[in-house]
Amino acid sequence: MAKITASVYTSHVPAIGAALDNGKAAEPYWQPVFKGYEPSKVWMKENTPDVIFLVYNDHATAFSLDMIPTFAIGCAEEYQPADEGWGPRPVPVVKGHPELAAHIAQSVIQDDFDLTIVNKMDVDHGLTVPLSVMCGQPQAWPCQVIPFAVNVVQYPVPSGRRCYTLGRAIRKAVESFDAPLKVQIWGTGGMSHQLQGPRAGLINQPWDNAFLDQLIADPEQLSYKPHIDYVREAGSEGIELVMWLIARGAMSERAPKVVHRFYHVPASNTAVGHLILENT
Amino acid sequence: MALDKPYQDVPGTTIFDAEQSRKGYHLNQFCMSLMKAENRQRFKANERAYLDEWPMTEEQKQAVLARDLNRCIASGGNIYFLAKIGATDGKSFQYMAASMTGMTQEEYAQMMLQGGRSPKGNRYRGEQK
Repeated sequence: MAKITASVYTSHVPAIGAALDNGKAAEPYWQPVFKGYEPSKVWMKENTPDVIFLVYNDHATAFSLDMIPTFAIGCAEEYQPADEGWGPRPVPVVKGHPELAAHIAQSVIQDDFDLTIVNKMDVDHGLTVPLSVMCGQPQAWPCQVIPFAVNVVQYPVPSGRRCYTLGRAIRKAVESFDAPLKVQIWGTGGMSHQLQGPRAGLINQPWDNAFLDQLIADPEQLSYKPHIDYVREAGSEGIELVMWLIARGAMSERAPKVVHRFYHVPASNTAVGHLILENT
Repeated sequence: MALDKPYQDVPGTTIFDAEQSRKGYHLNQFCMSLMKAENRQRFKANERAYLDEWPMTEEQKQAVLARDLNRCIASGGNIYFLAKIGATDGKSFQYMAASMTGMTQEEYAQMMLQGGRSPKGNRYRGEQK
């Protein structure tokens, strides 16, 4: 049977990808960010899964306002890095796992979550920046990836509670897949940031760190946090953090092992947060 | 019955909800069209003519021509879509963000280096700083 071995949480700031792609990672501004991911890259090499179930959001790239799926699961063989307006990132093609993705779709929809099935899409920085910070700059990504796009662009976005219970349904689906696959689930986006309006630039370090504490120790309670708390305290784009609850909900009920924790301000307009949790 | 929108009292913030999305559909789809190089060229060659191909309101068109992102947002624009105008202009995202705050890019960048905008005094409209 397949099993979820660990979860990874990370911001997916596009400027981090651009810094890496343009050889700026060693500059004083970026050096502390990449240093925070050094232990993660070592861990990733030693704990490479067969498949990453990667929860992220599309940023007006694959999905325009023509169609706005709340939850979309990628069931394709592969996904091209998208051209977001300055050419595609120079990163490998993302190889999917159509069999496991289709199995998860079947199971999770039967558990009352209405997923949109996607058989063709490009993936933007929301998906590729997390791969870059965890895997560096390889010729090919070290494992297969199932993209799982969540609408956090147009309100109302799914509630934290719904995301958390969806994570549980994903866990059940993975554990019923008939192959001995090691699966990691990643939750991306956040942490506090606001990219729009006169309040742009909002950062809330105490709130972010309390979020990390509670995500580790009491995700059940955290899942009830209402949207307005995210908006007011962590900025309008801080709402991306609901996606972390999908990954956390997919972890076992036992307390996880905290392998790594990192927090840094700023990366461009955003607070960077990162956690690695292993199932025990 | 009016729907509950508790986010309307957050200062300096417009939440892109279903109502804003409906207002901004053509504006945002215009922005989306700038992901193609040939459209960027046509837009740059004659901005007004390109905008007139879209069933946008005059206010939306004027807001785009003025590169006034706050006005774009007020008329239904979403920042992830509007960012494509800045990319077409060769501006960084931080430049665009600063332009909405009344700060110069340098002042804004400095604020971010010092830990960003504090939530203190920025949680509710009319709150004392």
